[in-house]
Amino acid sequence: MSENLRILVVETDPARVRDIVDALNDAGWTDVKALGQISALDRTVKEFAPDIVLIDLAHPDRDTLEHITLASETDKRAVALFVDRTDDTLTKAALNAGVSAYVVDGLTMGRIKPVLETAIARFKVIRQMQSELDAAKQALEDRKTIDRAKGFLMRQRGLSEDAAYSLMRKTAMDQGRKVIEVANALVTAADLLS
Amino acid sequence: MTGIVLNCGYVPLVDCAPLVIAKELGFAAEEGLELNLIRQPSWSALRDMLALGHLDAAQMLSPMPVAMSMGIGGLPAQIDTLMVLSVNGTVFGASKALATTFGDIPFGDAKALLECIAAYEDDRPLRIGVPFHYAMHRLLLSYWTATVPALKIEEITVPPPRMADAVSEGHVDAFWVGEPWGSVAVQRGVAQLMMTGSDVWKFAPEKVLAARHDWIAENDDAVRRLMRAVYGAAKWLDARQNKPLAIEILGRSEHLNLSPELIDPAVTGHLTPGLGQPPVAVQRFLQFHKYAANFPWRSQAAWIAKQLGADADGIARAKQCFRSDLYRKHLNGIGADLPGASEKIEGSLKFETAVASTHGHMILAPDAFFDGSMFDFT
Repeated sequence: MSENLRILVVETDPARVRDIVDALNDAGWTDVKALGQISALDRTVKEFAPDIVLIDLAHPDRDTLEHITLASETDKRAVALFVDRTDDTLTKAALNAGVSAYVVDGLTMGRIKPVLETAIARFKVIRQMQSELDAAKQALEDRKTIDRAKGFLMRQRGLSEDAAYSLMRKTAMDQGRKVIEVANALVTAADLLS
Repeated sequence: MTGIVLNCGYVPLVDCAPLVIAKELGFAAEEGLELNLIRQPSWSALRDMLALGHLDAAQMLSPMPVAMSMGIGGLPAQIDTLMVLSVNGTVFGASKALATTFGDIPFGDAKALLECIAAYEDDRPLRIGVPFHYAMHRLLLSYWTATVPALKIEEITVPPPRMADAVSEGHVDAFWVGEPWGSVAVQRGVAQLMMTGSDVWKFAPEKVLAARHDWIAENDDAVRRLMRAVYGAAKWLDARQNKPLAIEILGRSEHLNLSPELIDPAVTGHLTPGLGQPPVAVQRFLQFHKYAANFPWRSQAAWIAKQLGADADGIARAKQCFRSDLYRKHLNGIGADLPGASEKIEGSLKFETAVASTHGHMILAPDAFFDGSMFDFT
């Protein structure tokens, strides 16, 4: 990278910060600073004077950041990057990946584009991991609920484990519901009756 | 029933009530709408989601569609205001320390308060917290303080739920915020409310229902249903007997997730300026429907554009994005009283005034400015 950009990453989760900073470093940007503490946003933007700020799209402090970058603007150019909708694909990719970028000083789209593309790629990977983790956690929870419901049926109806599960599955199919929904209903009922 | 599904963005503040009520009490369902209310973490996020098509419609701060149509404020896009969701509803408060230096000034005296602020001396300008730059409270703050040319203030953007923290940690000396966050700061014992937004402009459009210009053109039927549903909810909200239920619904965890005591002041207009002080009754503190509150006056858009520094062309364009034409088209026939004109001279009404309308019983509320200015954009 011939021209090094100064990049500020606003993110509270340290693991995420590490991943994003690594990805940016790998892509050739070394002048990267991460900010975890929100209250310092104003001061850090002034002192570090980044060319670009990367932030989670859903971050509650985006309104503050917008105002800071607005105040630092000299030539009334776009504040947030995908704002510059000349590149619609990039804009949509940023939105879907949950990354938002703010240009603090005048920069051309060509210079920002690769930074944002790197960040987007990294955000997508992290998000994918996050949703897989969530899915795994949910599956574990569901398994526990189904086991409890099965136990309840086995005790109440004197069924074997397989028969109890078959009964739940059949009920679910008959009612057009998921097994976990039937299990939840059973567990709720069991809690009320106990 | 297969209804039209609409994704509608909002920010959890008391004045998101018309959307919440439209959904919860079935006003949307009556119009064959399934309203998905999608909570947004910031105004910037809401704006991006709406502009880029992830939301069909959204609650917005009234200056946002005007700013976007002017091409300023982040994302330029053609966003129109379908109707006004609420009028007034903001408060100006000071930290305990600052309020003490002001001495004894009556609640709601905008002129006396401004004199105190102008007389305040320190080695740095007074820092005033506002939630968003393109917001009515920020425009009112600028309008109000600009009447004293020598007065310098520093505007600091703070997300509303953190305003009380910002005051208690000394990041801001004063603030201008929508409810319930002013009352929250009072309850925390860190701030004193000094006046309401209506003390600077008696009838300021605060939140609006907005959608993309192109989407509106292509979805006439959905727009009609949405406007009718929200109109019904707004009307319901302004009936005194409905307020307790409205407060209860808004407080629920999926909406504001706050105790009813914090929502009550805004909905009933009985504000407690400081801990241990008796409540003050504020007329039209938060108006959802009466006095043609929902009508998107083109002159309101013009006033906003003027404050944002628009030239004559910009003002003309701003007027076009307040869609009083759609209001007339879609709400005619469900009992909505429609005014004879779509513009008024902002600031000209000192008292409640009867005006020409289709049903002949429209009364407009006072809309005067604290300094007596009038704005004629015709």
